[in-house]
Amino acid sequence: MSSETKQILTTDGIPLEVSLKKAERKNKIKAFLLVAPLLLFLLITYIFPIGDMLMRSVDDKMVTEMLPKTFKSMEKWDGNEMPPEEVFESFYLDFQKLVEEKRDGKLSTQLNYTKNGFKSILKKLRRKAKNFEEGNYKEQIMDVHKRWANVEYWRAIKRRAPAYTSSKYLKGMDMYKNEEGKIVNVEEDRRIHRILWLRTLEIAFFVTLLCFLMAYPIAHLLATLPMKYSNLLMICVLLPFWTSLLVRTASWMILLQQQGVVNDFFVMIGLVPDDNRPEMMYNKTGTYVAMTQILLPFMVLPLYSVMKTISPSLMRAGKSLGGTPFVTFWKVYFPLTIPGIGAGCLLVFILAIGYYITPALVGGASGTLISNQIAFHMKSTLDWSFASAMGLMLLAGVLAIYWIYNKLVGIDNIKLG
Amino acid sequence: MALPKYTEPHYRIWHYVYIFICACVFFFLIAPLFVIFPLSFNAEEFLSFSEGMKNLDPDAFSLRWYKDMIYGTKNPWGLAAKNSFIIAIFATLGSVLLGTVAALGLSSRHMPYKGLVMATLISPMIVPLIISGVAIFFFMAKAGLAATHTGIVLAHIILGTPFVVITVTATLSGFDHSVTRAASSLGSDPVNTFMKITLPLILPGVISGGLFAFVTSFDEVVVVLFLAGLENTTIPIQMWTGLREQLSPTILAVATCLIILSTLILVTAELLRRRSERLRGINR
Repeated sequence: MSSETKQILTTDGIPLEVSLKKAERKNKIKAFLLVAPLLLFLLITYIFPIGDMLMRSVDDKMVTEMLPKTFKSMEKWDGNEMPPEEVFESFYLDFQKLVEEKRDGKLSTQLNYTKNGFKSILKKLRRKAKNFEEGNYKEQIMDVHKRWANVEYWRAIKRRAPAYTSSKYLKGMDMYKNEEGKIVNVEEDRRIHRILWLRTLEIAFFVTLLCFLMAYPIAHLLATLPMKYSNLLMICVLLPFWTSLLVRTASWMILLQQQGVVNDFFVMIGLVPDDNRPEMMYNKTGTYVAMTQILLPFMVLPLYSVMKTISPSLMRAGKSLGGTPFVTFWKVYFPLTIPGIGAGCLLVFILAIGYYITPALVGGASGTLISNQIAFHMKSTLDWSFASAMGLMLLAGVLAIYWIYNKLVGIDNIKLG
Repeated sequence: MALPKYTEPHYRIWHYVYIFICACVFFFLIAPLFVIFPLSFNAEEFLSFSEGMKNLDPDAFSLRWYKDMIYGTKNPWGLAAKNSFIIAIFATLGSVLLGTVAALGLSSRHMPYKGLVMATLISPMIVPLIISGVAIFFFMAKAGLAATHTGIVLAHIILGTPFVVITVTATLSGFDHSVTRAASSLGSDPVNTFMKITLPLILPGVISGGLFAFVTSFDEVVVVLFLAGLENTTIPIQMWTGLREQLSPTILAVATCLIILSTLILVTAELLRRRSERLRGINR
């Protein structure tokens, strides 16, 4: 009885609750359908390809597919002594097939990644294998070169049997798996990637700091000046913001070169002698100066938009309660600007950590970053799986920063002008 | 920012130091752009100020690099400019279309999984460009679109849509939905309501998002470096090669033109922003 009185019916005789739910669902579908085209487009062209990068970075099927018989016969071999005749025979058959298909070059490149010295012995094997007699392949192959009789090389081949590998990630951190399968560091003088990671972090950190130190005063000035002056000064921030990145990098290349304006000025005021002009480009200095100027607007704009909302009466109240200007600033004004500081620093740091163009042009050898290494492997060495692995490591770092930021400040507090 | 008369001397000094620091930072921001103008009129082949230029000798200035930019033999700038504009225009149209429609859905309070969807839609803006470049290259290579205009346009749509989504959702956040309901109750169908009511109101946001998308595409070099063949060269690509190989003053002439273009875009964007704030009734 009581439930019947609660049930309200629409004019169609359907309970209101059901009818409302239906309408709600219809609205949900409507909203989703509007988003669907872009979502689908991005999933196909962007999100899945990032997944594809992940596959490529761990993918090691190439060798697995090139030596199918070998790896099958190797399953029973424990890897302590020389492999049995069966392994040699299947290796010979796999290899002959590759030679016929002219794919033996790829195999030698791949095996050489695992262990140096495969290139020459595979070449030799290809020459000699033409005259091999049937049967007793073990002896015949071992006769080709003494390295073929070395169990180390056979173990190296066996290591390539799994279709997936973490070797690219280890390489990105200057580590590798040794013969016993332990993860160890590469020799001291060959640790290039760790230096690059550290340098990337260092440059991103200091560029962020420099940007913050420069942006804070001018954002404050812009937020407190009367509109007609601040609009004019805002152009100084917005014009570089809208100007092509390459134009701005070009202007720094002109300014910082040895015969450039900055050096001319230093000579003129007698800071440096004319015949010994300092190198300010193609090193870290160039990267710092150019990146700071280029990323500065990204710090100013969020700071400005936050400072604009802070009422000047708060400062007056602080002063009237006896605070000196510095104390009032520190206790009242500064804490209110923290969302802006957070947003600006996050933005600049993330942009700096993935910077590519400017370091490549003004950075020289000592000012290049991890992105330059990724581009180098994409375009020059064509080791795409390594480039993918490094890219994903960078991406993981960036996502970690977002996560930490979200925990500390909250991503919703970001204001972008 | 005039100081009151009773300000104590050391605060007065601090105030002038502060103004001086600000002046230095503004100078640091804007001055590098202005070094390009005079040097692009250099009569000589060097990228530094000649003695004649310092003495303002009229013979030291010339338009030869501008002539070289337009009429130079085997010059790549014509093709690059054509490609850049074609790619940027189509990428902008694509971004605006996809982005605006998606923003309409996102702004609806019925949208399920709003946070996750929003994060996905703006991810191309968050992920470092170099990674986007690698991922997009893998897709385009598989789809057979590498080294085609279509491929580059699609790539730039990916990079441009987040800006449109953000600006349009921001505009819609102050949008009074009762006007669309009023239109519906008066018998207007949804498409008509959108064209006649919603679109005119959110147009400033749409256009400024489009401007962002245009600039992103027009200025983009990292992804194009991976994707472009010789036929698809763009202005940024040409500048990149020029800056790496032979630093000729022609680049400065091009750079000057680009600065003028960006000034125009800046003015448009500012006017739009103010108009949008007026329309939405935000008084600052």
